[in-house]
Amino acid sequence: MPHNHDDHHHDNELDPMAARVRALETILTQKGLVDPLAIDAIVETYETKVGPRNGAKVVAKAWVDPEYADWLKRDATEAIASLSYTGRQGEHMQAVFNTPDTHNLVVCTLCSCYPWSVLGLPPVWYKSPPYRSKAVIDPRGVLGEFDLILPATTNIRVWDSTAELRYLVVPMRPAGTEGLSEGQLADLVTRDSMIGTGLALAPGAA
Amino acid sequence: MSLRELITHSRGIPGHSDTPVFAEPWQAEAFAMVIALHDRGLFSWDEWANSLSAELKRPDALDDASDYYHCWLAALESIITTKNIAGRGDIDDLAAAWQRAAHATPHGQPIKLENDPDRS
Repeated sequence: MPHNHDDHHHDNELDPMAARVRALETILTQKGLVDPLAIDAIVETYETKVGPRNGAKVVAKAWVDPEYADWLKRDATEAIASLSYTGRQGEHMQAVFNTPDTHNLVVCTLCSCYPWSVLGLPPVWYKSPPYRSKAVIDPRGVLGEFDLILPATTNIRVWDSTAELRYLVVPMRPAGTEGLSEGQLADLVTRDSMIGTGLALAPGAA
Repeated sequence: MSLRELITHSRGIPGHSDTPVFAEPWQAEAFAMVIALHDRGLFSWDEWANSLSAELKRPDALDDASDYYHCWLAALESIITTKNIAGRGDIDDLAAAWQRAAHATPHGQPIKLENDPDRS
């Protein structure tokens, strides 16, 4: 984990936020509610192990395996758990599939609910008030900010995540990818394409 | 920062869109404490989402979400005080003690609460 750049001080300094976190950790440890080693393990998991590559593997599998795609459509929680990606918050997952007619976009207007098990922690823009407030009101405008211009005939469906239900967008498989392996396909699946603010990459662009 | 600037920023890091998950170590620790407390059943995730939402909805919330983990920490403190695990005053006092301890610790050595000169 990175350390504070405090080498211009002779003394150590803790900024107020760091001090408050230490205070809470002290209290909670003394009360036996948290274990500092468990805290370190959680940080390591989210910094290095959980991320959008998980989701990309789910999407690539759905592209090559119609039975898996069908399962993912019917019961995303189980289909995703079968690849060992399970949520910690007991949340349910729903996979929403893009089609030529419908593009799906995910937001959490309440706070920042996000499918951690398959995408890791959300990017900063996902947590920002402009995204959270505009995605529902003006999805096409928001997609424009991402330089994603969809045909006027494409419907945009916005999914508002909750603590209990999180969404994974399954982007459309790009053209010209017939010969690619599942692993090569996964490389085309970007984080943004699984939130709906992007598309899967064309072959050669990955 | 506008939404577009936030997007550009998240794309501007070499090696793709993988910006660091946490900007500072305290954010990672605050994040993990919530996960750990939830794992212990201290609160439901729904309860947590509501507590976090209340902080994020404050009118002075920043558009660039750079205060996100400040809100996260405030939401955690709010749950801890509401559930009478600790009082606001206890947290304030202990935070001040940690800052004094840090100041009294020579650079390069681990900061320990025992180093607080005012420790009684």
